[in-house]
Amino acid sequence: MPSAGIETKLWVWQRASAAVLGLCVIVHLILIIIAVQGGLSAGEIISRVSGNVAWLMFYSVFVIAVAVHAPIGVRTILNEMTGLKTSQTYLVMAVLCLVILSMGFRTVVGLYNAGGV
Amino acid sequence: MKPRGHRNHAHYWAFVLHRVSGLLLALFIPVHFYVLGMAIESATRLDGFLSWTNTPLVKLAETMLVVLLAAHLTGGLRLMAHEFFGTRESSKTAVAIGTGIALVVGLTFLLNVR
Amino acid sequence: MSNTIKVSVWRGQTEGAFEDFEVPRQPSQTVLDVITYIQRNIDPTLSYRFACRVGVCGSCAMTVNGRPRWTCRTHVDKVATDGTLQVSPLRNLEVVKDLACDMTEFFNKMNRAEGKFHPTKSRDDDFDMVLPDDPKRKQASQGIECIGCGVCYAACDVVEWNKDYLGPAALNRAWTLVNDVRDGGNAERIAAVSGDGGCHACHSQQGCVEHCPKHISPTHSIAGLKRAVAKSALKGIFGGDD
Repeated sequence: MPSAGIETKLWVWQRASAAVLGLCVIVHLILIIIAVQGGLSAGEIISRVSGNVAWLMFYSVFVIAVAVHAPIGVRTILNEMTGLKTSQTYLVMAVLCLVILSMGFRTVVGLYNAGGV
Repeated sequence: MKPRGHRNHAHYWAFVLHRVSGLLLALFIPVHFYVLGMAIESATRLDGFLSWTNTPLVKLAETMLVVLLAAHLTGGLRLMAHEFFGTRESSKTAVAIGTGIALVVGLTFLLNVR
Repeated sequence: MSNTIKVSVWRGQTEGAFEDFEVPRQPSQTVLDVITYIQRNIDPTLSYRFACRVGVCGSCAMTVNGRPRWTCRTHVDKVATDGTLQVSPLRNLEVVKDLACDMTEFFNKMNRAEGKFHPTKSRDDDFDMVLPDDPKRKQASQGIECIGCGVCYAACDVVEWNKDYLGPAALNRAWTLVNDVRDGGNAERIAAVSGDGGCHACHSQQGCVEHCPKHISPTHSIAGLKRAVAKSALKGIFGGDD
């Protein structure tokens, strides 16, 4: 979007990531409700996910979508409800995105590789 | 001089729910990754944490999180339907339906969690 | 029901205080009647605005018991359910004095949103045929009854939180012009409504829809602007005619 302003770009990315998350969240909620039946344990989680490529792909997409969607939303709240300057809100947004990406992929890839220990 | 009677309508409350749920979920995400990450170091560490969370209060908090997630999803769908298809007065019904679905999802979680 | 009503009226500017008055009740009394009674019979220094007093000009808009309304069209019976009234100037605007607020910023934003017509033809050209059932004409028709009274602006939370936000009236006006096939200013308009205080700041809380005395939905118009801006932006990547 070469000629579009920042606000427009953020709006489009927010809606696009929301569409992806819509699907991811529905799948995630179903999986979680099934998973918590009969209790939850680390062993159970690891045996389900480690080495499972489909799981890896799904949750990688999920992490990226969250890393786009959540910081944009938080930025809007900061812009409207705090005294932060607009340029500062963009910085916070970028930092949040990196935090979610790094923590998210560490977890997803880590769990995929776990259990082979 | 700031009386607040002008905010008492369905769409305002839907907005509040959407914003609050979004913020709480955004704060929860790093915690969620951190807890899951415990399993990477050692399964017993996560199991220890999970048994600590095996209390009714924590189960209730988890249910609330599920409700917030479902509410944020349904609210977001209603918002995008409005922005892309211009749904109108009927969307007050959509607010009600969306909230209803979110509560049903939460209840389903609560009934299945042990 | 007592035969008087207690009214708290804002006095001063942004700094000031509520002053209480007791006004005799009349059948079919409107809030404007009450304010007028106070100014004519109790305190001639009370400042307020009105013009038509029959609900077509929008000049008498004030905050009544927390909600922005036209005082000439607000019956006391409907709002003073416990025999009390609180009247203050419209929210989100500078106060000139007492119940009169400064509408300058409201109209400045109309301009900033390019809520003005850019003609493309001269008297020597044929005029455009715009049929009543043309989809764009229908979209424009939904928003053109706006008389710029400021009630929606006063009701909007985003206007309160974001000083740059153009507001529901200005954006609604811009949308009617986006749909006006005779207008030649769309490039500037799209740019004007997609900046920091543009259409994307609207969260569809619909305070504007809830309070508009003409039953316009600025939220609907703003959603249209969002679509128009996104389309224009995406055309930028994928190319296509403009």
